[in-house]
Amino acid sequence: MSLLELDDLVVRYGAVEALKGVSLTVEEGEIVTLLGANGAGKTTTLRTISGLLRPSRGAITFDGQPLKNIPAHEVAAMGLRHVPEGRRVFPQMSIVENLEMGAYRDRKHLKVDMERVFGLFPRLAERQKQDGGTLSGGEQQMLAIGRALMGRPRVLLLDEPSMGLAPLVVQTIFQIIGEINADGVTVLLVEQNAAQALRRASRGYVLETGTIAMQGEASALLQDDRIRQVYLGESTGDEAQAG
Amino acid sequence: MAFADQFWQLTVTGLVIGSVYAVIALGYTLVYGVLQLINFAHSEVFMFGAFGGVFATRALLPSGNISATESIGLVLLGLGIGALCGGLAAFALERTAYRPLRRRGAPRLAYLISAIGASLFASNLAGKEFGRDSVNIPKDLFDYNTQVFSVFGARVSKQDLVVFVVALALLLLLDRLVSGTRLGQGIRSVAQDSDTASLMGVNVERIIVMTFVLGGLLAGAGGFLYAMKFNASFTMGFIPGVKAFTAAVLGGIGNVRGAVLGGIVLGLVENYGQFFLGAQNLDVVAFLVLVLILLVRPSGLLGERLGRAA
Ligand SMILES: Nc1ncnc2c1ncn2[C@@H]1O[C@H](COP(=O)(O)OP(=O)(O)O)[C@@H](O)[C@H]1O
Ligand SMILES: [Mg+2]
Repeated sequence: MSLLELDDLVVRYGAVEALKGVSLTVEEGEIVTLLGANGAGKTTTLRTISGLLRPSRGAITFDGQPLKNIPAHEVAAMGLRHVPEGRRVFPQMSIVENLEMGAYRDRKHLKVDMERVFGLFPRLAERQKQDGGTLSGGEQQMLAIGRALMGRPRVLLLDEPSMGLAPLVVQTIFQIIGEINADGVTVLLVEQNAAQALRRASRGYVLETGTIAMQGEASALLQDDRIRQVYLGESTGDEAQAG
Repeated sequence: MAFADQFWQLTVTGLVIGSVYAVIALGYTLVYGVLQLINFAHSEVFMFGAFGGVFATRALLPSGNISATESIGLVLLGLGIGALCGGLAAFALERTAYRPLRRRGAPRLAYLISAIGASLFASNLAGKEFGRDSVNIPKDLFDYNTQVFSVFGARVSKQDLVVFVVALALLLLLDRLVSGTRLGQGIRSVAQDSDTASLMGVNVERIIVMTFVLGGLLAGAGGFLYAMKFNASFTMGFIPGVKAFTAAVLGGIGNVRGAVLGGIVLGLVENYGQFFLGAQNLDVVAFLVLVLILLVRPSGLLGERLGRAA
């Protein structure tokens, strides 16, 4: 049995069907990446898993338990943590307070866990009293990930962690995601940066307008012509000659 | 008489009544912070608190002379029961007037109409149950009007002192609660980003209820303070309600320290203003202030947001 399983998920915004029957699985200990262009339905998928949206059809199973009618705050407490698109740090809370929010449900290990996050992200340790809203994009992403780790997650849902960041910072973030995974946290990674994501992941899915268009081993997807052309920004031989 | 001669007396009166406006204003600002909703029925929560406190002190007043300890005990009891009544009223209000709308994803206007309906209902219910005449705290509760001390020639009565000190204590308590407790942090997280708060495991619905109750406890206690100075009646909520709302907007709606500042400033301004415009225009000054801020600086003195420690 997979740790996280989506089965034929349909999600609507009013009359618009954003997900048209999405199925995917994530095994314990894996990094799985979910790729797709803007508007494909990646964020909708994550928001549905974490309970912020209700599917009109289909099932979500986490560790054998159906999640369909569990509210977001309970899903978080079950060990499934969502790092939302655009980081969404609390702008008027300090770094320390943001991290405390990650441990809102259980403060038993607050001190130890905060030290661990500061160990992963020394930049945050230097700015503990600074407000979330005044941090750079990269720092906010570190804070958003650190905040999720404060909840001691079994599964981390990451929505475009590299969005809008400088290449060097992107490297750091992806490296940390690798380290977190090596510590035993399962990761479902939504990305537009397909090359980086596929290099870190064991498997990948490609979402196109609410439908899974492709799936497979990450190494195979990296070699796939269509992926190379559409998501890795590589041109085909013909176009290379033309342009 | 020159303004300078009256200045300190007006200041004392302004500070005392302003501190009560501040206590009530917190309820508007807290609820606005988490829901972006103006709870126009908050004035009736205040009214129920006033009645609760006044009736409690009247019922429990021992006959004959009462000792200083008994007097203090009764005032505290009146405050406690007033707060409790306010908290209960706010809880009931959230359950019946707002939650059903939230469940259905109703548009903003629906909340406003529901609030006005709830307000009229509550006020008339009180009129029916408690009578249409105003009631006072018992005369023998304590010697309200005895001067305790004077500042620059302005007299401060025992009543002024009690009201101001209690209000100040409530304001400090609330400030500590919002900036320094887990509940306060939960409230701030919902105010800043409720979806993300729920991803942290915060039960947003529970925080909303707690926020209403917290505002209700304060308004209830504030109602008793107000009734100590004036009286309690079924129509008493409207004017202080609008003034507290003005105070909240003046300080920056959603901003806890702003509401406190707004209350104090409004209390002072309306008292200085009445010197020039006449006592009968006291309320006019407050509403003039409301119109002016909305025109000139709608985000208030300290700006919106329940963000920063408050
Ligand atoms: N709140 C919303 N209301 C209506 N439509 C939405 C909303 N959020 C997303 N959509 C639509 O759903 C589709 C999927 O969006 P999204 O999940 O955000 O895609 P992605 O994250 O892959 O860019 C898009 O067509 C988008 O316009
Ligand atoms: Mg997205």
